[in-house]
Amino acid sequence: MLPRSQLALLGALAGIAVVSFFSGSYDPYFLDVAVSCGINITLAVSLNLINGYTGQFSLGHAGFMGVGAYVAAMLTTAASATLLPLLGGQHWLLFAVALLAGGLGAALAGLIVGVPSLRLKGDYLAIVTLGFGEIIRVVLQNIDAVGGPRGLIGIPAYANLFWAFGLAAVAVYVVWTMVNSTYGRGFIAVADDEIAAEAMGINTTRYKITAFLVGAFFAGLAGGVYAHFKQYIAPQGFGFDRSIEIVVMVILGGMGNTTGVIAAAILLTVLGEWLRQFGDFRMILYSLLIIVLMILRPQGLFTWSLPQRKAG
Amino acid sequence: MIQPRIRILAAALAGLALLAGCSKSGSDDSAKPADTIKVGEFASLTGKEATFGQSSHKGTELAIEELNAAGGLLGKKIEFVYEDNRSTPGESATIAKKLITRDRIVALLGEVASGRSLEAAPIAQASQIPMISPSSTNPKVTETGDYIFRVCFIDPFQGRLLAQFAKKTLKAGKVAVFSDVSAPYSVGLAQFFRESFLADGGQIVSEQKYTGGDKDFKAQLTAIKSTNPDAIMVPGYYTDVGLIVAQARQLGIKVSLFGGDGWEAPELMQIAGAAALEGTYYSTHFSPESTEPLAQKFVADYKAKYNGEVPDAMAALGYDSVMVLADAIKRAGSTAGPKVRDALAATKDFPGATGATTLDAKRDATKPAVIITVKDGKFQYVETIAP
Amino acid sequence: MTELLQQLINGLALGAIYALIALGYTMVYGVLRFINFAHSDIFMVGAFAGYYLSRVAPQASVTAGVFVLLGSMAICALLGVIIEKLAYRPLRGRSTLTALITAIGVSLLLQNLGQRVFGANPKSFPVLFPQHYFQFDSGLVIASTQILVFVVTIVLLFSLRHIVLKTRIGTAMRALSFNPTAASLVGVNNDRVISFTFALGSALAAAGGILYASNYPSIDPLMGTLPGLKAFVAAVLGGIGNIAGAAVGGLVLGLVETTVVALGGSTYRDAVAFAVLILILLLRPNGLLGKRQAEKV
Repeated sequence: MLPRSQLALLGALAGIAVVSFFSGSYDPYFLDVAVSCGINITLAVSLNLINGYTGQFSLGHAGFMGVGAYVAAMLTTAASATLLPLLGGQHWLLFAVALLAGGLGAALAGLIVGVPSLRLKGDYLAIVTLGFGEIIRVVLQNIDAVGGPRGLIGIPAYANLFWAFGLAAVAVYVVWTMVNSTYGRGFIAVADDEIAAEAMGINTTRYKITAFLVGAFFAGLAGGVYAHFKQYIAPQGFGFDRSIEIVVMVILGGMGNTTGVIAAAILLTVLGEWLRQFGDFRMILYSLLIIVLMILRPQGLFTWSLPQRKAG
Repeated sequence: MIQPRIRILAAALAGLALLAGCSKSGSDDSAKPADTIKVGEFASLTGKEATFGQSSHKGTELAIEELNAAGGLLGKKIEFVYEDNRSTPGESATIAKKLITRDRIVALLGEVASGRSLEAAPIAQASQIPMISPSSTNPKVTETGDYIFRVCFIDPFQGRLLAQFAKKTLKAGKVAVFSDVSAPYSVGLAQFFRESFLADGGQIVSEQKYTGGDKDFKAQLTAIKSTNPDAIMVPGYYTDVGLIVAQARQLGIKVSLFGGDGWEAPELMQIAGAAALEGTYYSTHFSPESTEPLAQKFVADYKAKYNGEVPDAMAALGYDSVMVLADAIKRAGSTAGPKVRDALAATKDFPGATGATTLDAKRDATKPAVIITVKDGKFQYVETIAP
Repeated sequence: MTELLQQLINGLALGAIYALIALGYTMVYGVLRFINFAHSDIFMVGAFAGYYLSRVAPQASVTAGVFVLLGSMAICALLGVIIEKLAYRPLRGRSTLTALITAIGVSLLLQNLGQRVFGANPKSFPVLFPQHYFQFDSGLVIASTQILVFVVTIVLLFSLRHIVLKTRIGTAMRALSFNPTAASLVGVNNDRVISFTFALGSALAAAGGILYASNYPSIDPLMGTLPGLKAFVAAVLGGIGNIAGAAVGGLVLGLVETTVVALGGSTYRDAVAFAVLILILLLRPNGLLGKRQAEKV
């Protein structure tokens, strides 16, 4: 008998598979928004591991997403001619391999960013992660082989509702079980009080690096799914603005509150589309709503009890 | 506590996906015959490139208003549905899907930036909805498929033309290129210029880059100055070019600067100042100074609608994209995608604000370009270069 | 040689601008431990306020220039106080991240309102101060506006230091930054001090906006984003919260960027600026002039 949490994951995956099976009959616009929700959930939940549970402050999550998106997209476009025969001509296998490679590429980037986090705190760490994100964007912009500022076109449409929500479910499962295991309590200890945690014999270095590694890995996977759903990626899509969007989801959901963060990811994605009816006032209303929501529910929209610990 | 909560979560996720399945698109009006013709547009109305997106959008809006005032198309009014993509990648595809499946548009217009056109084009192509880009000049845009058109000329043509111009008219042997690394338009135009100019025996002495939105170009210009070029090519947008020209003059650079249609805007003169612009050149498909009756009528109508604002090239191309589409729908006598597509492909010498437009086999516009210079503080016509 | 000198001047002039904007960032941070992301957009509003005010005082004379500068600073000071009252005050005592997101919201709001109210098209900024170019025989050029930026930055730097270190309100600001609760216990009116800090910070942003626009006379509603980000980098580079650090950070950043371009790496200008920042922070985690804070248990 499997543990219940794993059963729940399998159940969710099966449910998503069934729904996804009928996705052909959905309206493409609806499908687009739904898939965006799935991708944003993965991004927000993985950032929540870094920013929420571990108490680090990363402003470069879109950069990890970009690395994953570009690595995966290059494997399924430029390298597909050599890779596909090796994988027995199975497109889904190629996609899975590409996703994994993208995730690992992003994890590597996460490791590089994670190391400075050992020495830096708070705002200093924030600016360094922001800087890494921007460096990734500028470098992508300068590589002609991936399209430079024009972006990468002609990416095969491998991703669908199943991949997006399947990945989201796995990300939620991994983050959830990590944080709620005995081992994972260390993340929260680092967030609560680093010095005390260290004094208790917790290897804070390892926890911080692990958080960046795992967070970046899932951001990279999300990037891969994004690239193969939108079929077009450009460096500007992985800049500072995108990172901010993900941070807003985490904070609005409530730092270290996975359920809240999932809800916020969905809410903000849908909100952006719903506001379209207001035409020119869309972005004005969007920014106003963020301010009002933060004032009314500063602890996060979906955190009902007051936070028991200081954040940041 | 943990286990039940994760179960709830799993249920919520699955439930959400199920909800996705149950909810329908909700539009039942697809069965009714439409009493209007819906034309969709995706544009960068806010964000980094809002200034170009809004210009183009204003031209588009004006054209639709004029068509409706003249009785619409095929006896029906045109309904204009537009969405903003905030100048960011990722939104245009969503918008294209919304416009096509929810609003049931018959044709898609957009965008000024090639990158975002490339994002929406595959969706229009797959849905057999003709798409016309007003001012995406990158060749790749229309290569997406046979439903994708454009009413502007493409980078290779303009790059070649500018290379010839630099060689023949400016008699420049050594040219420095200063391009915007973040704009596909600028990178593309610089590349095609370089190829043609080198093939003609020219020499490129310095290649510097900037990022669109930068305000300080002195470091790059100082580096360019030290290589003593005969002329400097700046294939950027007027928002940056204005400051580049002004700062070049401040640094004592006296040689000619020249560029492409991105320069075309009345604001260029205000930002750079007439004195700094003296002796600069650019190629364009439209100039508000043009004496062509259609161009003059467009400028007058535009000024009347938008409080005396003078239209730039983007506005004129936005206007023409609608007019070319309207002409095709009239000739097709139908709004069915394939029919409109065929009619669009047959567009020949269509008279518009930016001159006669012919759509070639690659669905790109072939139209003459004009060279404009600034002399005695005014934009002045130099020559017309046929395609 | 001339090129080298010219690049040095370019770098210093650019750095002075970054330093000017960074001053406001760092001052608000120093007192409140809060990154005011909307600072760069108040900077934009300052430039636009100057643009509209200059229609009232059209001639390019020193008096007109000073009038526009002070007027715009006053408008932005008011704006800063209003933003603080409406958006940040309800969040006081909450985590800094909550305030950060609100600040990002305010920043987005100002940008989008700006695009709606002022229009997205760039506007040409009028000549406020009499302009002159000093040409040297070797071909070296220095603009009067560049010198002005330098002078204003230095004047503001010392006035700020004076305000923070020598005045009553400055003492209150420092008390607040050490411990808000203790400060209010000894009779500091926290609300007033914070309002004053925002007014001062926003006025600095406006001054930055006007001088920036005088140097680069094309203004648009998104003009604040890039210099704002760079100024933020400069402030952190110098040690955020440290007034002299902001000036040093700005100059270092300006010089680094110019050097990168002069060496032919203009495509990687922004990337190298961030790379240098990361390197410096790895060596000195609290910035160039930041004090190392003892970790409290």
